[in-house]
Amino acid sequence: MRSKDLGFRVATGAFALVLVALVCAIGFELARQSMASIQKFGFNFWRTDVWDPVAGQFGALPFIWGTLYSSILALAIATPIALGIAVFIAELCPAALRQPLVFLTELLAAIPSIVYGLWGIFVLVPAIRAFETSIPGALRQLPLFSGPPLGVGMLSAALILAVMVIPFTSSVSREVLKSVPAAQREGAYALGATRFEAIRAALYYARTGIVGAVMLGFGRALGETMAVTMVIGNNPRVSLSLFAPQYTMAAVIANEFTEAADELYLAALVEIGLVLFIITLVVNSLSRLLIWSMTRSAVVLQTPEPTETPAAA
Amino acid sequence: MRSSTSRSIVAAALVAALGATLGAQRIQINGAGATFPNPIYSKWFDEYNKAHPNVAINYQSVGSGAGIRQIQAQTVFFGASDGPMTNEQLQQAPGKILHFPTVLGAVVPVYNIPNVTAALKFSGPVLADIFLGKITKWNDPQISKLNAGVNLPATDITVVHRSDGSGTTYIWVDYLSKVAPEFLKKVGVNTAVNWPTGVGGKGNEGVAGLVRQSPGSLGYVELIYALQNKISYGSVQSMAGEFVTASVQTVTAAANEASSKMPADFRVSITNAPGNGVYPISSFTWLLLYENPKDKAQSKAMVDFLKWALTDGQRYCGDLGYAPLPESVVKLEMAALARVKTS
Repeated sequence: MRSKDLGFRVATGAFALVLVALVCAIGFELARQSMASIQKFGFNFWRTDVWDPVAGQFGALPFIWGTLYSSILALAIATPIALGIAVFIAELCPAALRQPLVFLTELLAAIPSIVYGLWGIFVLVPAIRAFETSIPGALRQLPLFSGPPLGVGMLSAALILAVMVIPFTSSVSREVLKSVPAAQREGAYALGATRFEAIRAALYYARTGIVGAVMLGFGRALGETMAVTMVIGNNPRVSLSLFAPQYTMAAVIANEFTEAADELYLAALVEIGLVLFIITLVVNSLSRLLIWSMTRSAVVLQTPEPTETPAAA
Repeated sequence: MRSSTSRSIVAAALVAALGATLGAQRIQINGAGATFPNPIYSKWFDEYNKAHPNVAINYQSVGSGAGIRQIQAQTVFFGASDGPMTNEQLQQAPGKILHFPTVLGAVVPVYNIPNVTAALKFSGPVLADIFLGKITKWNDPQISKLNAGVNLPATDITVVHRSDGSGTTYIWVDYLSKVAPEFLKKVGVNTAVNWPTGVGGKGNEGVAGLVRQSPGSLGYVELIYALQNKISYGSVQSMAGEFVTASVQTVTAAANEASSKMPADFRVSITNAPGNGVYPISSFTWLLLYENPKDKAQSKAMVDFLKWALTDGQRYCGDLGYAPLPESVVKLEMAALARVKTS
């Protein structure tokens, strides 16, 4: 029995190690393939904004900016909606409506991104252009709304990303809310809480899981390629404007990799991948840190209730 | 029942194995490269395989740049590219690589101006200035001068270019760089460039989609794409001064003009070609072969295939929207094919 246990542990441990090895290998390989560009540009690669394959001048700043800006905007739009969907389905929804709603949100996740992209070009972009032309001139003076009304640009990309992120964030949040013990809600009601207050208590209880769900959505937004490149305008310029065409890291790799023949150009594209890898790593670590600090403060709060543990056992 | 099934499977496998050994001459050739000629290459390989069942050619349309990289690394037998390989790229290859033009393509300016139905006329310098962001309004005197009688609006021009690296972009900027020194200096020639202005669409369909939906836009797409999707496009002033509309005939004419001065390695740009009835934004697309390939059986099959493709195979061009090679170029290529070592 013991030896079987040991074997099981070793086997699962080996699988976990495969994951670690895989991540390390990806990082190593990206760094190795982009060495020519790293040596030539160094840290300037992160700071300069010229991307000129003809002159062999490469800077990733516009792509880093475009990726983070579009993903954060998408998150800002998607998170309230996704949480609303999750709360409604998990807490308030009539039973007959629950399955259809779950099915529909999951259907959104199953649509291929090229379909989202085409929908973006033919439906969303014209609508955005109409919206942009209808904005009064005074507002257009603001840096947030400057530039000609093209339709394609940051706003379209953020909206399409938001639609793609919603099913992920809402599905995971829903599952997290469902796992909140009934005793939590019952306790809240017993203390005279209204329904809203009880749900708020459940959300507070589930907050680490919900942060995890939001970060999952963020990761999805950072890496999304096809739909974004079809509507963002693909222009490597750093701009605060929602109307300006911009570019993302994943999009430039997808667009230019197949045609890049010279070594430095190829290395620069791989380094974009490396930058994306590092940024994703940092974002994930930060979210871990956030969750960790939240659970730690929760432990501090819960110290006066040790009596509950033996009762549960 | 069961044993009889398994026995028949074994028998079938034996027959198949026997067949394989009998037909040992079966030759499999792998190639990779440009996406632009993929439709006609697929057609050719398919038709050729029907006539010669022992030769199977497999082509992956992974892009010109990837095609060049793969032939340099010898992971494929032949490559294909919309732009000729540079001297530097040729030197990086382990052996001498030959270029063979297979068909011709062209790039056309497409636009969307509300209430303007007339086919517009463009000149190279005007197109260059628009893509440099120097001409920004449709009623700019330089455009009006070329289009007397057309009532052009005072609206902004939205420039649409390809966002993905592409042979189409290569042909377009190659032409603009030839006719406008400033364009050559500021932008230059490559499959992807640093555009001073405009928005990028992915693929021909992305550019066409953006142009169709953005009033006041101007973009460029492959002639085949415009023909197959019935998109109207403008004519462009040739070197001889006439305004020529792209068609299979005017593109082939451009290649015919070039054949008299064809360099021995066929690495030639035929944009802005001289002569009458010549469409100026035309180009060859090339197949890349080693002069002395390792596998002589594959080499023999490939040379036979190319001889067929350059002659009989050219008749498939029209249906697929490619311009066929002129006789003069085919003759030169036949002579060059003899240099490929097949034994």
